[in-house]
Amino acid sequence: MKLELRGITKVFGTFVANDAIDLVVEPGEIHSLLGENGAGKSTLMNVLYGLYRPDGGEILLDDEPVRFSGPGDAMRAGIGMVHQHFMLVPPFTVAENVMLGNEPGTFGFLDLASARRTVRELSARFGFDIDPDAVVEDLPVGAQQRVEIIKALSRQAKVLVLDEPTAVLTPHETDELMGIMRQLRDEGTSIVFITHKLREVKAVADRITVIRRGRIVGTADPSADQTELASLMVGRSVALDLDKAPAAPGEVALEVRGLGVTDADGVVLLDDVDLDVHRGEVLGVAGVQGNGQTELTEALLGLQKGARGSIRLDGAELVGRSTRQILDAGVGFVPEDRTHDALVPDFSVAENLVLDQHHRAPYATGVLLHPEAVRRRATAEVEEFDVRTGSIDDAVSTLSGGNQQKVVMARALGRDLSLFIASQPTRGVDVGSIEFLHRRIVAERDKGTPVIIVSTELDEVIQLSDRIAVMYRGGILGIVPADEDRDVLGLMMAGYTAEAAREAVAAGARTSDTTLADEGDIV
Amino acid sequence: MSAPTEGQAPAVAPGTATQPGDPGTPGAEAAERSAGSVLQSIARSNVLVVVLAFVFAFVVGSVLILVSDVDVRAAAGYFLSRPGDLIGASWTAITEAYAAMFRGAVFDLPGARKVADDIAERGGSGLYLLGPAFLRGIKPLLETLTVATPLIIASVGMAVSFRSGLFNIGGTGQLIVGATAAGYVGFAIDLPVVIHLLVCILAAIVAGGLYGGIAGFLKARFGASEVITTIMLNWIATYALAFALTTSAFTGANKAQPTSPAIAGTARLPLLAGDQYRLHLGLVIALLAVVFLWWLMSRSTLGFRFRAVGSNPRAAEVAGIDVGRSAIGVMVVAGALVGLAGGVHVLGTEQRLTGSIAGSIGFDAITVALLGRSGPVGILLAGVLFAGLSTGGRFMESAQGVPIDLVQVIQALVVLFIAAPPLVRFLVGLGGVDRPRAPRRRTATGAHAAPVLAADAAAVAAAEGPAAPREGAHRAPVEPAADGGAQPPGPPGDPAEPVGPVDSADPADPAGTHSTVDPCGPDAPKGENA
Repeated sequence: MKLELRGITKVFGTFVANDAIDLVVEPGEIHSLLGENGAGKSTLMNVLYGLYRPDGGEILLDDEPVRFSGPGDAMRAGIGMVHQHFMLVPPFTVAENVMLGNEPGTFGFLDLASARRTVRELSARFGFDIDPDAVVEDLPVGAQQRVEIIKALSRQAKVLVLDEPTAVLTPHETDELMGIMRQLRDEGTSIVFITHKLREVKAVADRITVIRRGRIVGTADPSADQTELASLMVGRSVALDLDKAPAAPGEVALEVRGLGVTDADGVVLLDDVDLDVHRGEVLGVAGVQGNGQTELTEALLGLQKGARGSIRLDGAELVGRSTRQILDAGVGFVPEDRTHDALVPDFSVAENLVLDQHHRAPYATGVLLHPEAVRRRATAEVEEFDVRTGSIDDAVSTLSGGNQQKVVMARALGRDLSLFIASQPTRGVDVGSIEFLHRRIVAERDKGTPVIIVSTELDEVIQLSDRIAVMYRGGILGIVPADEDRDVLGLMMAGYTAEAAREAVAAGARTSDTTLADEGDIV
Repeated sequence: MSAPTEGQAPAVAPGTATQPGDPGTPGAEAAERSAGSVLQSIARSNVLVVVLAFVFAFVVGSVLILVSDVDVRAAAGYFLSRPGDLIGASWTAITEAYAAMFRGAVFDLPGARKVADDIAERGGSGLYLLGPAFLRGIKPLLETLTVATPLIIASVGMAVSFRSGLFNIGGTGQLIVGATAAGYVGFAIDLPVVIHLLVCILAAIVAGGLYGGIAGFLKARFGASEVITTIMLNWIATYALAFALTTSAFTGANKAQPTSPAIAGTARLPLLAGDQYRLHLGLVIALLAVVFLWWLMSRSTLGFRFRAVGSNPRAAEVAGIDVGRSAIGVMVVAGALVGLAGGVHVLGTEQRLTGSIAGSIGFDAITVALLGRSGPVGILLAGVLFAGLSTGGRFMESAQGVPIDLVQVIQALVVLFIAAPPLVRFLVGLGGVDRPRAPRRRTATGAHAAPVLAADAAAVAAAEGPAAPREGAHRAPVEPAADGGAQPPGPPGDPAEPVGPVDSADPADPAGTHSTVDPCGPDAPKGENA
């Protein structure tokens, strides 16, 4: 089905989210909508899906103008949408979720069998490997996303909108999703692929439309140069490569010995980890998500209550100390999930910036808070980190994801540190801001602070790190120099030791992750 | 709370054991958080909505006045022949009823005029006439302020807990404990004049704080829902007081009556406006309490922590804030304030302990705090307004024969309308559905009648479930809270029921899936690109 948007305009108050947008998606093409956070991509798709009524312009399906008054209309017209946050009922099974809102059956009796059959058919046709009777909340994120796709396909979606589908996926799952997208395209489905990740666009899109501040600023071919796309998207030239001076590591500042964490069920989450981090170096922690990185950073912060072993920072033991004491010892921390672990949504930007320091001078004396000091700090940080906010008194929840991340980074970096730990420092952040945040991290290293960066994006780890520790099943599999071969790192993430991985690569083995990397390599 | 040990989700929520949220179970934790965010949104409900809610409540109240008015019903009988009669009778009934309410709550113009006439007859004029007349006229207003005094102080305590994400339903219990402590010190111990009063007030604060602290401790240490524990603590306090009033330690010589001896003169709160009014120093304490609320919540590190934990306990914990200690702190402070209200009530207004000393203040305070959006100014206004409704309503009943129940209905309607901002907007024809970054629908609730409230507290949590996906469908993730919240709240009055919605968002935690061997582990990033 051919989808055409003509002159779509959407205005919120005085803010023009979409300004006369024209977009044509041909049948059987993957059309990528590329833009920074807050550029208006999601608004446009919500207009298409009937969630917003446009203030101008029209939608045409196969050259017929259509009007949607809600998602129901859009679905009936053959438009399917997979939201960034899944719209699934966690305790329901896959089949139940798929038929939800479109229950087959007569006289109020559910026809679960036919829903199951649909799931099985679609699953088999596209190689989804989804059991219709699995409970959704037990499925990994990638599988949940496939359930969303099945849901859309089961309603005969001819146009499938994927809103930032890779934001929640591991590199491996991203590869799988791209395979699925290609297959869907080959069977005639049109796909609108919303993202801000250049590499994915280049890997999978047939056509690229770049959107910035609510307007279409250009269309491009997947063969276009990455830097070119990035500058189109951001509106200025962007350096994708991080040129950093070689590290000048000093003495060992952080000594981790035999650090272990076991959960209540006796599962070992962190297994006897030994690590040294020197002053003025970045230690990258690579690994597929869920291999103990979260536990490692949390144990360092005193958030894992039952941690064993020893963590010495500048000679002082941290195990057994409270999070407050550890933070007061000069540890700056950026948690991996800013919404859940880092920000208080109702608090202003200013209040969030002092969340971990609010009890200390100059922000407080005893129980007395000093709002002027808090505001002064906020004004300075917002300026320095270029946090785009109306006012430092705005609730942090009104900021875009990238700007929220800048607030978290500013909070952690805004004082003299004895150790800086950042998990997924640039998750959900657009290209322009990534560049800035990376520079800040390197600047912190150059000040002589030991830095630990945990990221599931191998590119990021490679770019930032001076040494890379690969985690696998709760343990450190090995620590390699930052210029280690990508394929070796990929194999190590899959459980090979460094030596075995090097041998395998020498023998010609490649990981699936690197196929993608080669198609559009940032490094 | 169902087995806090069962689901220590290791990878996602380590260290939740000390969290006031349900330890371990992410679902329940989310439910807690959603209940917390409901409180937050109540705290910020629109002023316009509040005003309109009153307008609508009074409109509905007018209808009820008409239905209950004899003349109106008589005139309705011959409506077709003389429609003017019905309209006239209706107008009279409504205006007289509301005039009586005003007269009973704010200014007694007929009473003042009568005093003025009496003095004029005896030859007085000028200030000799206006002075006494004015003093007679403002008697209802001062009575309203007297009634408002404990209500405002208790609401301040409620506001502290609401803004910290804790749904403290224990006003009654904390009030009783405070009143009992102050009352006992007041009649059983002899102390010099000023000191006696101060010791009584201190006793009320300490007793209330400790009593509130019990709920806080149970929450921090064992993850017990404060909604349940505070309700149960209400009953314990109520019956403990009833029992105490059968013992000679409390009744003194007069063993036949379940009331204590009068508070000693040295311990009474001094009257503020002379003998003919009941208004006492408690009003000043109420004003100080309101100022304290402002200071605590916006100028102290303690309030900063309370609010942070109330809004996102996990982020607060990661930022080094001890979440459990904060929960205890919140409940101690809230309980101390409500206990103070009880002390003021017994030392100023009641002057002796009775089994019904708390009346409905404990629950009204919840409503007032919600109405006042848990802010200092709002609470002051809402407290006086509520007190005015009840003093005015009493007068309306005696003067116009309009049942006092009507006032209760109006109070309940006000809360009902405030709980449903979309309804209010719909009624005045304000649309405006899609906004950028559409915030969650503001949901608010509260209730007037005591037993209904417990269930309502749960209904608040429930409201968030179905409400969120409706307007915020395009951005609201499917939250675990939704499935728990979607369950209908239990029948009113059953204290066990609210557990359902609050607690049942407790889907078996897929802890097993968190083992590190799963490369696509379920700790899905919840990254948000707004």
